[in-house]
Amino acid sequence: MQSFDFNYQQFAEVFARLGKKFRLFGPKRVPGRGRFSDTDLITYADLQNPEDLETAEKSYLSPKSIVFPPDETTFYFTADQFTEPELSDNRETIVFLRPCDINGIERLDRIFLENGKVKDPYYQRRREKLHFFMIECRESFENCFCVAMNANRTDNFATAIRFAPEKVSVMIQNESFLEAFAEVGKKSDFVPEFVKKDSKAVNLPDVEDMPADIFSDSLWDEYDSRCIACGRCNTSCVTCSCFSTVDIFYPDSRNCGERRRVWDGCHLDGFTDMAGGHSFRKDKGDRMRFKTFHKIYDFRKRFSEDMCVGCGRCDDVCPEYISFSSCINKLSDRLSGGKKDEE
Amino acid sequence: MKNNPYRPVAARILKITRETAIEFTLRVEAQADITPGQFFQVSLPRTGEAPISVSSFTRDWIEFTIRAVGKLTNVLHQLKEGDTIFIRGPYGTGFPLEKYKDRNLIIVAGGSGLAPVRPLIQKALDGSIGVKSLRLIAGFKNSEGILFSHQFEDWADKCDFTLTIDKPEPGWTGNTGMVTEHIRKLSDIDFADTEVVVVGPGVMMKFSTAEFVLLGVAEEKIWVSFERLMSCGIGKCGHCKIDYTYVCLDGPVLNYTHASTLID
Repeated sequence: MQSFDFNYQQFAEVFARLGKKFRLFGPKRVPGRGRFSDTDLITYADLQNPEDLETAEKSYLSPKSIVFPPDETTFYFTADQFTEPELSDNRETIVFLRPCDINGIERLDRIFLENGKVKDPYYQRRREKLHFFMIECRESFENCFCVAMNANRTDNFATAIRFAPEKVSVMIQNESFLEAFAEVGKKSDFVPEFVKKDSKAVNLPDVEDMPADIFSDSLWDEYDSRCIACGRCNTSCVTCSCFSTVDIFYPDSRNCGERRRVWDGCHLDGFTDMAGGHSFRKDKGDRMRFKTFHKIYDFRKRFSEDMCVGCGRCDDVCPEYISFSSCINKLSDRLSGGKKDEE
Repeated sequence: MKNNPYRPVAARILKITRETAIEFTLRVEAQADITPGQFFQVSLPRTGEAPISVSSFTRDWIEFTIRAVGKLTNVLHQLKEGDTIFIRGPYGTGFPLEKYKDRNLIIVAGGSGLAPVRPLIQKALDGSIGVKSLRLIAGFKNSEGILFSHQFEDWADKCDFTLTIDKPEPGWTGNTGMVTEHIRKLSDIDFADTEVVVVGPGVMMKFSTAEFVLLGVAEEKIWVSFERLMSCGIGKCGHCKIDYTYVCLDGPVLNYTHASTLID
């Protein structure tokens, strides 16, 4: 393990050098495309230049699209022939991301690589190409609660990077990246730090099994009217892994078409619709309960860790200002026999 | 891509049996190691894919009994013998046959719930499970919805078979009433030595299992099978998850002690 310091010009040199061999993917500022007028959108995208890399703010969407695209063709059909598409970009990929998101991708691994003891090959072939370049978080952003979710720390990275005002410090764990950095940088003793305190205090429920009556508790009722089932919490979440399979045919030839999988989410209408008209969780409150339990309760029963990593993006993006972390706190209060009808 | 679990195989339709106005059985040429209760992901390229339970099988063919009520099933309904469908599977956890050996088996099926239990009925009747006895109660809304009627004579010969429709209708001479009414009449059975299978619509399973519990059947001797939307069948897509349970992996057949704790 070695560390180096760079000025921004030197870092740009390393960035350019890496860009010749690797696909570079990270948070990028898109001016004027934010939710409100005159605000910018921070989103994950391919990076061409070092200036593209947004190092100060939290991204609106998570990096999960690099392993689990919103829309992916699984088969091309020609008559009765099934053909799997090649990856459009076969390069090894460096992804710049924060500790919570590294933990988040590990949660996706649980589903796509472990659950049911079958590996999802579409996920796997993208996942195998990833090298994590961790962007250090020293202070929690708005709505973040990674410390409560035990997802503030990780040692699963090729390099860890601190972007300070005057210099960039890099610790290298994966030796194969050493050369690219060592030639330009000055040796240092940089060691990344991790967030120690959440910006929002979150108390997780301390129960082995949820009591049956909490499923129908009135605490979920407010979400019946507040949630509009837009699914932004699902799409922004780094750990939401649900998808639907959709077949299409091309308008010019019914013989040719595709099978695709597209992101789906438990807050969206139709998520449980079965042929014949039967469905589950028609009320939005039930969907909120289902998501909440998956993120902080039942995933743990299956995989011994919580699914939610506390990135707080669901709170950032909700058009109805529903706070997931507040919901967790309300649930914990209710389970411990505390506050009833607040808010 | 090696070992792509999403890649289906082509299966030629050998025979189509019209069961009711909207239900039909496709027999396809395919070989698989199947446990009764398991399902396949059945698809047609450019139309879609859906989970369909196996309603019968031999070494050489598999049958799927399908109700034409959805995007895929309506198109499957139009197919002819000799046409090809695509299947992958079998998936899920089927009935625990070893638990039924040397036991009295009671199977209660409601409506199209008879399809996933039919392979179990056949294996119980041909001696390959080794059950002590089989009692079968099949209930339908009306006579028009009755499935597999061509096998009823055989079943009635080989086991204690009760066919019932929910409401009396002109010309019907058989049993009437919900399956729960017929479950209540089962008090002469030694429930300590009996396993119970209940498959059908959610409401039917809820009340039928409650009847058995009232009769004194231990909850761990009751088995049900769930039906949920699925896109993958292999624990990835998330549609069929209830609590920590994936119906596609841990089910569709679940013990009542497990199933009764699940809240969608």
